[in-house]
Amino acid sequence: MESALVSGLQGIFLGITNLGLGHVIMILVGSLLLYLGISKGYEPLLLLPIGFGAILVNIPLAGMMDEHGFLRFLYDNGVLTEVFPLLIFVGIGAMTDFQPLLENPKIILLGAAGQFGIFLTLLLALALGFDKLDAIAVAVIGACDGPTAIYVSSKFAPHLLGAVSVAAYSYMSLVPLIQPPIMRMLTTDKERKIVMGVVKQPVSKTTKIIFPIVVTIVASILAPLGAALIGTVMLGNLMRESGVVDRLKSASENEIANIVTLLLGLAIGGTMQADKFLRGETLLVLALGLIAICLDTAVGVLFGKVMCILTGGKINPLIGAAGISAFPMSARVVQVEGQRYNKKSYLLMHAMSANAGGQIGSVIAAAVMLSVLKGMGIVGG
Amino acid sequence: MDIWTFGWTVALIGMGGTMLVLWCLSLLILLIKKIFPYQPDDSAN
Repeated sequence: MESALVSGLQGIFLGITNLGLGHVIMILVGSLLLYLGISKGYEPLLLLPIGFGAILVNIPLAGMMDEHGFLRFLYDNGVLTEVFPLLIFVGIGAMTDFQPLLENPKIILLGAAGQFGIFLTLLLALALGFDKLDAIAVAVIGACDGPTAIYVSSKFAPHLLGAVSVAAYSYMSLVPLIQPPIMRMLTTDKERKIVMGVVKQPVSKTTKIIFPIVVTIVASILAPLGAALIGTVMLGNLMRESGVVDRLKSASENEIANIVTLLLGLAIGGTMQADKFLRGETLLVLALGLIAICLDTAVGVLFGKVMCILTGGKINPLIGAAGISAFPMSARVVQVEGQRYNKKSYLLMHAMSANAGGQIGSVIAAAVMLSVLKGMGIVGG
Repeated sequence: MDIWTFGWTVALIGMGGTMLVLWCLSLLILLIKKIFPYQPDDSAN
């Protein structure tokens, strides 16, 4: 009887006796993510479940990521299979209005320039000693697109998934702080004051319906390994523009997106186990992610300057900063900056075009990168 | 393949490829807009 009581008491204290410093630190990190999401409003939809998942997975002996653990189930079936990020993409497509881009298609090129940070960060990551596929996963934070970053890193470097996801979503929410200093540094006062004319090129409904179909076919043929990424975004957009499947469109942008966001966040939090997350590598990933987004902004603005010169001063280079995927946050940043220097300048619609281009650009950049890797024999089909 | 050959190849083809694909898409959008121009009736849809 006495030994049974002792064993029982030991069982109660097992969690405490197995609690290590790493667990405590990671529980604090999880709590910090909760704080940022709840009190600061930084991407709460993702940071709240990620933070909670990070706390759960670091409870000693809870077995959340063991073979039959709750978070492991979500991770294996939703993240490793790539189903969660792809379902989110359907929702993003259903929510996105590409009309500003269709009205002014040449602006889509800013969406390409806004992805160059990915590739420049890849070189930096390699220089810092990251393995080839790890470097790809880190660089893709520069897509400034959470689902793309999750999709690529879960494919090539699942051990970095937690750090990459936290970096991607945290920096996306910090775009209003990260971008303005770079925009100011790279433009002259005269450039920032350029007033862009109104683009009045209405788009037919048929064009809006054909656009997602053509993008899927053409982009997938050019970059086949990205077909799932491109196809899911465009499927969502086709449902939106066709107007014949309102229930599916509504489910994609609401119920499905909400449920998947919750499960995806928990699964990502589950990857933040102390022994895997508390490494110098994680700090490097966070630093490189920030650099990637700064480089995206810088190249976007510089490309905007080139377009400004080529069009005889008709394009305000500030809109180049919106060539990233953080939609519509980045476009709003451009509008605010433009107004700061010229009250008569209304850049919002132009910046929205660039921002929509950035959304497509991030997916295309990832698709192109996957196809290049396949072509080089670095990854299989 | 050494890391720099790998890095520069992915970076150059990646940047060029992304730009090329998006440029092709911009041309296609212009083409689609020409084939299916906006009609004032569209606004009713």
